[in-house]
Amino acid sequence: MTTPDAAGTPRVAIFGATSGIAAAVARRYAATGAALVLVGRDGEAIAASARDLRVRGAASVAEIVGDVAALDTLGELAERAWNALPGVDVALIAYGSLPDQAGLEADPGWVAAMLSLNFVSPTILALHLARHFEAQRAGVLAVITSVAGDRGRKSNYLYGAAKGGLQRLLEGLRHRLFAAGVQVVDIRPGFVATRMTEHLPQQGLLWATPDRVAADIMQALSRRRAVVYTPRFWRLILLIVRALPRAVFHRTSF
Amino acid sequence: MTGGAGISASRRTDYRSWGGTIRGEHLVYRPPTMTAARTALAAGGGLPALAYGNGRSYGDVALNPGGRLIDCRGLDRFIAFDRATGVVICEAGVRLADILSVLCRPDADGSGWFLPVSPGTRFATIGGMIANDVHGKNHHREGCFGNHVLGFELARSDGSVVSCSLQAHPELFAATIGGLGLTGLVLSARLQLRRIAGSAVEIEDIRLQSLDEFFAVAAESEAEWEYTAAWIDCLAAGSARGRGIFTRARHQPGVGVPAPALDPAITIPFAAPLSPLNRLSLRAFNAAYFHRLGPRGRRHWVGSYEPVLYPLDKLGAWNRLYGRRGFFQFQCVVPEAAASAAMAGLLARIAASGEGSMLAVLKTFGDRPSPGLLSFPMKGATLALDFPDRGEGTRQLLARLEEIVVAAGGRLYPAKDSLMSADAFHRGYPRIGEFLPHLDPGVSSAFARRVGLDRALRQAA
Repeated sequence: MTTPDAAGTPRVAIFGATSGIAAAVARRYAATGAALVLVGRDGEAIAASARDLRVRGAASVAEIVGDVAALDTLGELAERAWNALPGVDVALIAYGSLPDQAGLEADPGWVAAMLSLNFVSPTILALHLARHFEAQRAGVLAVITSVAGDRGRKSNYLYGAAKGGLQRLLEGLRHRLFAAGVQVVDIRPGFVATRMTEHLPQQGLLWATPDRVAADIMQALSRRRAVVYTPRFWRLILLIVRALPRAVFHRTSF
Repeated sequence: MTGGAGISASRRTDYRSWGGTIRGEHLVYRPPTMTAARTALAAGGGLPALAYGNGRSYGDVALNPGGRLIDCRGLDRFIAFDRATGVVICEAGVRLADILSVLCRPDADGSGWFLPVSPGTRFATIGGMIANDVHGKNHHREGCFGNHVLGFELARSDGSVVSCSLQAHPELFAATIGGLGLTGLVLSARLQLRRIAGSAVEIEDIRLQSLDEFFAVAAESEAEWEYTAAWIDCLAAGSARGRGIFTRARHQPGVGVPAPALDPAITIPFAAPLSPLNRLSLRAFNAAYFHRLGPRGRRHWVGSYEPVLYPLDKLGAWNRLYGRRGFFQFQCVVPEAAASAAMAGLLARIAASGEGSMLAVLKTFGDRPSPGLLSFPMKGATLALDFPDRGEGTRQLLARLEEIVVAAGGRLYPAKDSLMSADAFHRGYPRIGEFLPHLDPGVSSAFARRVGLDRALRQAA
């Protein structure tokens, strides 16, 4: 897809590879014959995904078991991914958690852990990956943020704060890596029916399947877009949400 | 959310089967791995569990209101595929659509691996197809899905995992095929795909004027045509009774077609309070459909297998067309000797009731036995119908239809059923006695309780 090697095989590293969206992206890459590196915490799930992706046509699949919540191991994880698949074309950071807002408000320790997993960890990992990409002067760094990061709302502002912070980070990294020819893609999904959201109803017109979102992500990566809302109607919704005057916005309950 | 050690569960009221007539609350687990599924099954503490696949069975075989459900859709990975032998190993939540799209891509000469048996939807899971021992339009050639299962890993509520095949634990293998999920939870399965010379199919539609004509065309088609089934206008009465369209198809050597999409192109977004499928629209649909072949009464073409094998998959969530009250499916099989008379009796009864069915499908089964103890097909004819739930009248009609089937020595298909009596089940399935010892005491379903399988288990214990 993106700057493939001589044999035309894209090299893709996925961090948080067993998350619902990441797994769907990995399957689409496997079907194109990509070489993959999967990084995740659950060794059994990573091994099961790797077998699946080989059957689906992946040229090769490397498995790296590691915990992205352990911040001081992130540099090593990035290093291991690069060693497993030298010259990574695309790195996708796809992990996160969506805890219950009311529970977070009552528990500062939980807020710290949530901010660490959703903001601090992807920030540190992105900085490590940026150094690798900068050195090879090519590649795409993609990070899954969220539409929740576009404006703080009472129903999910803590999660939204982490994702909004990540959006600013990617904006800055994009500026920095422009000179090196490295693209930074900020992927902002709306409601996606995955394990992360299984405590929500997952039904209705606003909900999308992971595969639908993965199709949008593949297109955004191949077109080297900067910011992508998926499904696309969220772009319009968020345009309106961001434009609402405070006097009106504060009377809404979403 | 509740639970610990990596197993979480939540109380949900939105788990339904395809017919949509049964509502209830389940404690639902969504295990991401086979180990987690096995742990969830064993973590009941006395509350029975049941595996749930993609919700394509119609009645209550996949529901367990008040109990636990283990949603197996996260077990959707391939494990291995041998392109030389066509043997695939995959997790139980893999759908037929996934196998078609990943493994059944035709080679340059159109040949390739294909599903040996397909039910009427490609969105069923492997686990569900084993549990219901599904059949397809090629039953007269290939038998049931269970005829092509080489083995599976079965998790039991005591925490054990049993590898079952015709060689290893053959009794548990036979009980699990068609065992309605009541022997445990299938984690993964090993299946034999079929080599075909072309994935495209040659299709022929033939207009039928009577039931006799159906049986004649079916008999004539079975040797040369792999897929056969007929749509019957079940509202036609008197001399028009039994009119319909016979569709037969066979693979076309040398011609390949791509797999259909992984998801339907169009999805019905919600169920209306009242169904648009009423007596008037059904009568109009049936009459128009019958006449679509034109004056020659015959059509012949070569194309994708999708409209033959999965005619309804184009329209996602089509069950919502039946409105919020849902609908009942009714599928029976009657032994060959009694088939003609029984089918005539069933159609007469339906036409008289005016409770029309849009999708009345008539087909003959062959005599290839399935390994499954509770497998539904038998040599004879099968009729499948659906009826919007209009309350007591609909239930009474289905009870009358059941009487006709039981009197003819036939049986009903649990995968489609919500109403059959315990008596009809026990008379229709003579091998229940062999099946009972293999029930998993930590598993139950609404169907099991309704037909007395659950009670039999408690008495035996």
